[in-house]
Amino acid sequence: MGILTDRDRAAVTDELAKLVGPVKLVVFGAQLGDGAEYSAETERLVREVAECSDQVAVEAYNLHIDREKAAAYGIDRVPAVVVEGARDYGIRFFGIPAGYEFSNLIDGMQVAASGEPKLSPETLERVRGLTNPVHVQVFTTPT
Amino acid sequence: MRLAHHLAVASEWVRGDCVDATEFPDLAQQYSVRAVPRTVVNDRVAFDGAYPEAQFVDQVLQAVNGSGGGDA
Repeated sequence: MGILTDRDRAAVTDELAKLVGPVKLVVFGAQLGDGAEYSAETERLVREVAECSDQVAVEAYNLHIDREKAAAYGIDRVPAVVVEGARDYGIRFFGIPAGYEFSNLIDGMQVAASGEPKLSPETLERVRGLTNPVHVQVFTTPT
Repeated sequence: MRLAHHLAVASEWVRGDCVDATEFPDLAQQYSVRAVPRTVVNDRVAFDGAYPEAQFVDQVLQAVNGSGGGDA
C-alpha cells in the first residue's frame, strides 16, 4: 500500500501539472544507524510524488556509501531530500517531508522548476546584495 | 519554511533547510527548539514563529551582517 491515498495523488498531480520545468528529487538515506527508520519511507514518498508528473525525476543515494554525492550536496544526516531545478538552489528537507511539510515539498518543487521565487521586489533587491553564505534552518514538526 | 526556500532560489548564497525537529532531537536540543517553527540563521540568529516576509529577511540579513543578537 502506498503512502499517498488516491485523493492525495489526484491533488499532487494537479499541483505538479503547474511545473514549468524539470525537477529532480535527490534522496539520501541509510539502511542502518541514525535516520534508517524513516529513510525507506522518505524514498517511497518521494517516488510516489514523482509518479504524479513526467517532469519529476528521482535519484536515491546511501549516505554511508555515496559519500562523495552526500558531500557535494552538503548532506550529513538522513533522511534528506534535495529539490533541484535548473540547478541546485539550496532547497533541503531533513526528515520525511510529510504532514504539514508535504505542501512545502510541493511548493519547493514548483519554485525550483520555475527558478522564480515568489517574493516582493524589495526582498529580491535586499538579497541581491548578499556575498556570503547564508544557512537558514527552519525547525518544524510534521503534525 | 516557504520563505527560506524562496530565498534560496533568489540568491545563490542562501541554503534553506527544513528540519523535522522530532526526527533530529540532537539538533533540536542544540538550537533550543521548544516550539515550532524556530528559525536559525548561520548559527547566529534565532527566532520563533512564522515571521512576515520583510521581518524574516531582516533577521536573515542581521545574521549575515554580523550584528546577530539572537540566542542560537
